[in-house]
Amino acid sequence: MSYNIIVLAKQVPDTRNVGKDAMKEDGTINRAALPAIFNPEDLNALEQALRIKDANPGTTVTILTMGLPRAAEVIREAMYRGADGGIVLTDRVLGGADTLATSYSLARAVNKYGKYDLILGGRQAIDGDTAQVGPQIAEKLGLPQITYAEEILDITPENITVKRRLENGVETLRAPLPCVVTVNGSAADCRPRNAMRLQKYKYAASTSEKAKLSEKQQELLDKRDYLNIPEWSAAYVDADAAQIGLPGSPTKVKAIENVVFTAKESRCIENNDEQLEELIKELIANHTIG
Amino acid sequence: MANFYTDNPDLKHHLNHPLMQKIVALKERDYTDAEKYDYAPLDFEDAMDSYDKVLEVVGEICGTTIADNAEDVDHQGPKVVDGHVEYADGTKENLEVCRKAGLMGMSMPRRLGGLNFPITPYIMAADIVSRADTGFENLWGLQDCAETIYEFANEDQKQRFIPRVCKGETMSMDLTEPDAGSDLQSVMLKATEQPDGTWRLNGVKRFITNGDSDIHLVLARSEEGTRDGRGLSMFIYDKRDGGVTVRRIENKMGIKGSPTCELVYKNAKAELCGSRRLGLIKYVMALMNGARLGIAAQSVGVSERAYREALAYAKDRKQFGKAIIEFPAVYEMLAVMKAKLDASRALLYETSRFVDMYKIYEDIAKERSLTADERKEMKFYSKLADACTPLVKGMGSEYCNQNAYDCIQIHGGSGFMKDYACERVYRDARITSIYEGTTQLQVVAAIRHVTTGTYLSLIRDYESQEIAESLQPLRETLKAMTAKYEAAVATVLEAKDQTYTDFMARRMVEMAGNIIMGYLLLLDANRSADFTRSAEVYVKLGEAEVAKHADFIANFAPAQVEMYKAD
Repeated sequence: MSYNIIVLAKQVPDTRNVGKDAMKEDGTINRAALPAIFNPEDLNALEQALRIKDANPGTTVTILTMGLPRAAEVIREAMYRGADGGIVLTDRVLGGADTLATSYSLARAVNKYGKYDLILGGRQAIDGDTAQVGPQIAEKLGLPQITYAEEILDITPENITVKRRLENGVETLRAPLPCVVTVNGSAADCRPRNAMRLQKYKYAASTSEKAKLSEKQQELLDKRDYLNIPEWSAAYVDADAAQIGLPGSPTKVKAIENVVFTAKESRCIENNDEQLEELIKELIANHTIG
Repeated sequence: MANFYTDNPDLKHHLNHPLMQKIVALKERDYTDAEKYDYAPLDFEDAMDSYDKVLEVVGEICGTTIADNAEDVDHQGPKVVDGHVEYADGTKENLEVCRKAGLMGMSMPRRLGGLNFPITPYIMAADIVSRADTGFENLWGLQDCAETIYEFANEDQKQRFIPRVCKGETMSMDLTEPDAGSDLQSVMLKATEQPDGTWRLNGVKRFITNGDSDIHLVLARSEEGTRDGRGLSMFIYDKRDGGVTVRRIENKMGIKGSPTCELVYKNAKAELCGSRRLGLIKYVMALMNGARLGIAAQSVGVSERAYREALAYAKDRKQFGKAIIEFPAVYEMLAVMKAKLDASRALLYETSRFVDMYKIYEDIAKERSLTADERKEMKFYSKLADACTPLVKGMGSEYCNQNAYDCIQIHGGSGFMKDYACERVYRDARITSIYEGTTQLQVVAAIRHVTTGTYLSLIRDYESQEIAESLQPLRETLKAMTAKYEAAVATVLEAKDQTYTDFMARRMVEMAGNIIMGYLLLLDANRSADFTRSAEVYVKLGEAEVAKHADFIANFAPAQVEMYKAD
């Protein structure tokens, strides 16, 4: 049995190694100082999709990403690792979207895509850490959802069995297909880029990227259809202008503060059991130890 | 995330050597594969871009998974379970990630499932893998054995075995026996032909790296009653057929993740590779040349690791109120380490380009007859590859040992403890100057290029190349070194005494090596100012080394060899 899987992926600024220049004076993210990367948990989701593909020949894995045209980079990256292709949902009017507008736009794109069996995505993106988009898409599409997935244990044409990683243990759930599954960072790491696929797909380009390629490379894209990454606009996915971008986003940012930590690195405590115990509790509570 | 390719711009410098244009055009047959294969390059730039991108994947895997696993693999090591090897957990993970990344069979042609990479980027990958985990480089680097199947096996065998290697099955070369180490002519493993044309192998092999591999190349005695190399043939043993068990794994000093096995062959089914009787005299020699280049790459990777560990520690460690790197005694060591590293790496890629040039011509010769000019060029590069392979294996492995030693020295007492990676680097380095032919045997292979003048003509070629005015003084020093080398060689050869020549062989080979590596760094510095310092430091070192050897030879009477003789 083969499946048609959509993997939601996002290109995000790499916030894992933030330096001094990560934020501009006005408190907004200095994107120039942070390399754009494949959102880490979306890679975990991709791996789960590719495992289904490995076990079920004929399965297709399609990346759906919303962002600037350069977000096609995550689609190429996914193709190097085993995905079949992808779609960039990109349009000026989609800009400034909060999670509600984003999930609406992506849900429209999923509808436009047509038939699918499973939608996978990372639990959350490291730039917003909301974990809302996946669940909201499920709601908008009227699909069951499984969050915090660590491993897809089984998939049949009817349903999917998933192990969830929760705070105090694991839980195994079964849901009917199609459904939405958001994957935790504790799931298996994504496989590496494959040397052969890298060479095969390196010229894959979105419509706007194609215009910038050399003539020879453009010819290649004309000859090899799989190298063309479609760009979809808001109008193409029949999105309601009131529900997308800034107008569709009820979330308003009140203020952004540039917080500079003032705490010292060292702290003195008295040499007694009580103080030691207190410190241990504090370190466990803030996840420094334990 | 650490990336062992992108964090080292020297690699890209070597990858972008001018000769690559020709190598790639020949390797890609003027880019005709692009019609047939969707991952074949369109042109030179495209091919180079692919090498670069794939090496970036290698660098990422090495900088993360493989480097992270190295310590655990060193502690856990492989074990024997029911006559077969079980790798350490980290090794299994390393192999799996390399398979998934498609980094096996890199140099094999596309029609057999490979990437069709020239040797040069493949060797660069080996250099990078070795920096991450030297022992793992062995397991990964044994894909090189596919080269022997590709060169000498029949088409059916190529079709059956090479795609398996490209998919990630591992290989081994089963040569050594308890009584046949450096002297492979004494191999006794018995091969008996069956009526159906297959063979059966019986006997014991020892010190076999990755001896429980999926596909083995086995050197065995096919001609009953013979005692020398002419009675030996090469066989392919497929683990799927069974018949070979691992009796034990050696408990080694270093490269502990790489299982070194004693193998027992009991009526193991095997098939002949190539022609009978050519096993040692032709195939093993070819196999060994490839393997030696691989060990040279492994050595350079060790040197790189040793240098980086030492440099980081010297910057971090403070004594007498400042970082120890600020003391002349320490920064001299570091500069010399870097110079040796850069020198051996320059020679490594020079050699790999020579190998590429002649091997690609050999391959083309299977498709069409070469023109007279092409044949001439093939011979020219074949000779240079033959001359430079033992030189880079010999001197590169000695340098990596010296660098590993100095790395510990810079760490001081801490370096002697198990807490730092340098102690593992030190143990891992030690084997490089022993296996695939000891340094002493590399000298045996290299000396004829001293006596016949191959090295000298290579030196003359380097000497004649255009260089920037600022580098002229270095060239003058190298010319003076060459004069000393020529005089020393003349002195030794005039005596017409074989024992005396053998006695002085290593000195003369090293002098040639010092000059050749000096010139290579000079030419590197001419292409990129980043190499100027290493060129200057290395030529200073080489100048002193050449003078030392020249003095020794000048002040030595052939009869004095006697006083060194064992009683």
